[in-house]
Amino acid sequence: MTPTYAIEVSNLSKRFGNNTVVDNVNLRVPQGKIYGFLGPNGSGKTTTIRLLCGLLTPDGGTGTCLGYDIRKESNKIKQQVGYMTQRFSYWEDLTVRENLMFVANVFGLAQPCDSVEAMLRRFGLLSRSEQLAGTLSGGWKQRLSLAACILHSPKLLLLDEPTAGVDPQARRDFWDEIHQLARDGLTVLVSTHYMDEAERCHAIIYLYYGHIIAEGSVSEVIANSGLQTWSATGADVIGVMNELKSSPAVATVAPFGNVVHVSGVDGQALEQVIESYRERRGIQWSRTSPSLEDVFIYYMHNNGGRD
Amino acid sequence: MFRRFLAILIKELTQLRRDKSTFAMVLAIPVMQVFLFTYAINNDPKHLPTAVLIRDNSIVVRDLTAAMTNSEYFDLTTRISTDAEGDELLQKGEVYFVLTIPENFTRDLLSGRKPALLLQADASDPSATANSIGAMSEVILRSIRRDLTGSVRSMVNTEMPIDLRIQRCYNPEAMIRYNIVPGLIAVLLTLMGIMMTALSLTRENERGTMETMLSMPVRPLEIMAGKIVPNLIVGLIQAAFILIMAIFFFKVPFLGSWWVFVLSIILFITGNLAIGYTISSLAKNQLQALQMTILVFMPSLLLSGFIYPFVGMPGWAQAIGNCIPVTYFMRIVRGIMLKGNGLAECWPHIWPMGIIILILSIIAVKVYKKTLD
Ligand SMILES: Nc1ncnc2c1ncn2[C@@H]1O[C@H](COP(=O)(O)OP(=O)(O)OP(=O)(O)O)[C@@H](O)[C@H]1O
Ligand SMILES: [Mg+2]
Repeated sequence: MTPTYAIEVSNLSKRFGNNTVVDNVNLRVPQGKIYGFLGPNGSGKTTTIRLLCGLLTPDGGTGTCLGYDIRKESNKIKQQVGYMTQRFSYWEDLTVRENLMFVANVFGLAQPCDSVEAMLRRFGLLSRSEQLAGTLSGGWKQRLSLAACILHSPKLLLLDEPTAGVDPQARRDFWDEIHQLARDGLTVLVSTHYMDEAERCHAIIYLYYGHIIAEGSVSEVIANSGLQTWSATGADVIGVMNELKSSPAVATVAPFGNVVHVSGVDGQALEQVIESYRERRGIQWSRTSPSLEDVFIYYMHNNGGRD
Repeated sequence: MFRRFLAILIKELTQLRRDKSTFAMVLAIPVMQVFLFTYAINNDPKHLPTAVLIRDNSIVVRDLTAAMTNSEYFDLTTRISTDAEGDELLQKGEVYFVLTIPENFTRDLLSGRKPALLLQADASDPSATANSIGAMSEVILRSIRRDLTGSVRSMVNTEMPIDLRIQRCYNPEAMIRYNIVPGLIAVLLTLMGIMMTALSLTRENERGTMETMLSMPVRPLEIMAGKIVPNLIVGLIQAAFILIMAIFFFKVPFLGSWWVFVLSIILFITGNLAIGYTISSLAKNQLQALQMTILVFMPSLLLSGFIYPFVGMPGWAQAIGNCIPVTYFMRIVRGIMLKGNGLAECWPHIWPMGIIILILSIIAVKVYKKTLD
């Protein structure tokens, strides 16, 4: 059985003036999966998501969302997509309940009051239901946004950094919720800058200034990067770190508490460099597998791994 | 379709209700404007220049004119000898009143035949002349009582010995103050209508809520209707507010057809909202929207015949004035309130206004952005 794709676009492009922000992107997200959307600031994640739900008109490319043409049938797409914007964008001068009621009515829900009531309970918003949305704290605003965008039981969720500024407990609740929804068949494309969240996704897509340069499960992405990593522990690892940074064989050096990860693509050259530090200053070296962050930082510093 | 419109309408009304400062502005600006415009111009209702046409010279008449002067309401500035002179002075606005004392006035008075006394008043300024007119009977009565004796005197005690006829005259294009209040309705509706619509949409753009709105299955026409209806209600409340002040405080008459008035007002407000809508599609933020509002408002204020009489403007200014709805609405409102016009008289102004508003609405729908591009 071939998987059906909730999102299937090819050669998607978007320009703002002379600036090509999304450049020939091919994207396939199978139904019922959670895909993480990663990439440095300004790489075009938000723009891509907006293209998918018809908020922006693509300059090139074709594709479908839930089987509907993204150019011609954006109204049908909107009926079944829940889009959570990066910045809180519900009405701050309406109460939590009024915001949800508005959404319920716009989507034409059969029992708007009951649906809203159920959603308020599910997200723990009941006690705050009469509070103006603008007076909620950041984390509660995020919850309201999520509640609002799944209120109409969409088939596809497009979440743009939904957990920015949310505390760990709320973040965990949030991901539990997402996984629960995905198990019921909902497809999710979620952009994030958190590595632990990327690891909670079925697959990730790494967008680098308009181009997708890595795609697949976390282990696939790490393996495909061809990156080799050593970890160093010891008294003066930070001093060594600065020296290592200038070495051409070393692609990235990143501290993780008392441990420093040193990565490079050329394994032999990297070993030679490390060899010269082996006996010095009592540092212990060991081979390790690169983390997702190592890979991403490597991509960021090396023009997407293409030089 | 209707439910989505209703959802937006409820949302707008709730937001409007919470927006105290806008709400205050909606009511405060009309009050302020009406009082400023009317009181600032209307300084001293006493000592109004008056021309007299005396066709019967007698002691009674001389006492009567002296009594008028003493009352301080009238300044008998000019003596004229023909009716035409009086008309001319009134038209030019050099006098507020023309008093005509007919031939045989004294004789008729003494024989109890109640002679007619004609007081022509410049009706373009009722708030200035009202007090004087009110005082007139009393002035006459007191002056005549003093002069008369005997049987005639007893008659004076029981009833008015003369027939005081007050005639209000005005020249439609030249009446300044009378015109201000109906004109204010037009100007205020223009300003508030354009501004409130323009701001309410750009505010959604600025706060990012437009993105949420556009990501939901709402049609542009539903958003437009949902935004326009609350502003229409606000506009009608403002119009009613100004009218009440005009009629009760400033004694501006309302002579014409009410339903033509209400229909034209609804049409006119819709036109302003279409302009506001167009502005909000073009403006990037609220400041720009305000600047554009003022840009559009200036010709409405200056070229519509509100401040300068339309017929006196140069050709190019009239051409511009003919393209803006407020010019037509100004004539409709003034015609209805001051001249007692009905549909037949208003129609030549209603249809061009309707066409302009239709064009404006089409532009508004066309430039409306369905995406964030
Ligand atoms: N409306 C616009 N007009 C012009 N340029 C834009 C517009 N929207 C986005 N851009 C540009 O497009 C690029 C990509 O922006 P986008 O918001 O898609 O990035 P992002 O990946 O979501 O970044 P972040 O992680 O910071 O949210 C940026 O360089 C941005 O300046
Ligand atoms: Mg973004």
